[in-house]
Amino acid sequence: MATIAPNAGIAPAADRQRTFRLPTLRAGRWFSPILLLLLWELASRTGLIPERTLAAPSTVIGTLVGMIVSGELPSNLLVSFGRAFVGLAIGLVVGIVLALIAGLSRKGEVAIDPLMQIKRTIPVVALSPLLIVWFGIGETTKITLIAFAAVFPVYINLYSGIRAVDARLIDAGRSFGLSRLELIWHVILPGALPSLLVGLRFSLSVAIIVLVIAEQINASAGLGYLINNARDFMRTDIIVVCLMVYALLGLAADWLVRAIESRALAWRPSIVEQ
Amino acid sequence: MDARRGFLLADAAEIARRAAPIVRLRNFTRRFGANTIIDKLDLDIAQGEFIALLGRSGSGKTTLLRTLAGLDDSRGQDVTVPTARAVVFQDARLMPWKKVWRNVTLGLRGRDTRGRAERALNEVGLGHRLDAWPLTLSGGEAQRTALARALAREPQLLLLDEPFAALDALTRIRMHELVLSLWRAHNPAVLLVTHDVDEAIALADRVLVLDQGRIVGEERIDAPRGERDGIARDLRETLLNWLGVKPGPAGEGNGVVRLAAARP
Repeated sequence: MATIAPNAGIAPAADRQRTFRLPTLRAGRWFSPILLLLLWELASRTGLIPERTLAAPSTVIGTLVGMIVSGELPSNLLVSFGRAFVGLAIGLVVGIVLALIAGLSRKGEVAIDPLMQIKRTIPVVALSPLLIVWFGIGETTKITLIAFAAVFPVYINLYSGIRAVDARLIDAGRSFGLSRLELIWHVILPGALPSLLVGLRFSLSVAIIVLVIAEQINASAGLGYLINNARDFMRTDIIVVCLMVYALLGLAADWLVRAIESRALAWRPSIVEQ
Repeated sequence: MDARRGFLLADAAEIARRAAPIVRLRNFTRRFGANTIIDKLDLDIAQGEFIALLGRSGSGKTTLLRTLAGLDDSRGQDVTVPTARAVVFQDARLMPWKKVWRNVTLGLRGRDTRGRAERALNEVGLGHRLDAWPLTLSGGEAQRTALARALAREPQLLLLDEPFAALDALTRIRMHELVLSLWRAHNPAVLLVTHDVDEAIALADRVLVLDQGRIVGEERIDAPRGERDGIARDLRETLLNWLGVKPGPAGEGNGVVRLAAARP
């Protein structure tokens, strides 16, 4: 026992130092946001920040719970989520198909890439007046805006990813008798997948930004509708709740892409593990 | 019994050699714009023959290899190559997104491709890395995987494009032995493209020297492998001459010869 103890005692001591330091630093990262919340709460309670300017954190949490319980938040969130999902899905499909055509054939590149570059120069939001004239202020306009915005990031990343696939790997594939389709499936697409995922990440965040903007256009349901209503009644607590939900949507999107990446790109030796 | 079999085998090889070669190029020319890379080249490779192709950078080695590999279009030219052929490149060129055994079966048709991959990987001593990701392999392991990938195709013609150039000296010597033993076991015709005169002397039945798209020299080596130290020095000088390298000062030359002689 006694002979083992000193030896056993040394290694854990070193370990302890490590495991202790990291959590304290990590916990430290929470310090400033919590301090800010406390100051905010304090300022609200003392009347330094009036309710109509910004609701207190405690009020916001109360409102959040109330809105969840009444079903107001879930039902409107679902509407917003549906818009983002449909718009994004259309945008991704169109972007991926166009990138495949432009990336895999020279003719496709000549036909598609100039149009996409022109499209890139038009700020998506500036299209909304035209879309309203065409489709009115209903769902079509909102979904079109989101789809239009989501096309480009996924297009440009997949397209350049396809073009950047190592020509030596393509040669190797050809030397083993792969047909054109097999080359695309076994070599080109897997090689372009990391770029596609980068594009997906950009498309997701752009879709959420455009969702917020599109929902400012006369919505009768959704997070934007909640915010607009709250503005009219100067309910800053509801506005803050909706901002939180938008932030959570962004976080969830990021998490989704990370989850896809860790599965699809398992072949990459991660720097963290080494 | 063994001697008899050996005799029969040698006989068969001799007959095959006299029979139609499996690779046949006549008056083969390749140009890129105004540059003539390969100039009216004739080449025969017999079944099971081990050929080393020496040449400086830009001599047309790679172009010739790409033609034999079917990577460059050779329509309208008198070119015969077997369909069962495989290439091992200088860099292993494994698909990083496919596990080792999937790399070996890439493009393989037919049933039980995993079994075939497993046998090929066992032959190169990588039976334990079947499910590894290529980016976790060492340089030597990656190159052995590339060899297994070529082997699994049961090629009649094995094209080796400077496959040892990127390996360290020790790994290179082991790879030489591995390639020779695989060649003996499967007996494909081998075309080894290399910069290394000593490597060519140690491995090949026949050494070709390519310069400016023409074969400027050819040397058949009849001495068995491993017993070539005696002829290595003269042969080396001849080959270097063809390559346009003037033999250096005596001291330096001796040093290099001694290195060559030290090889098993």
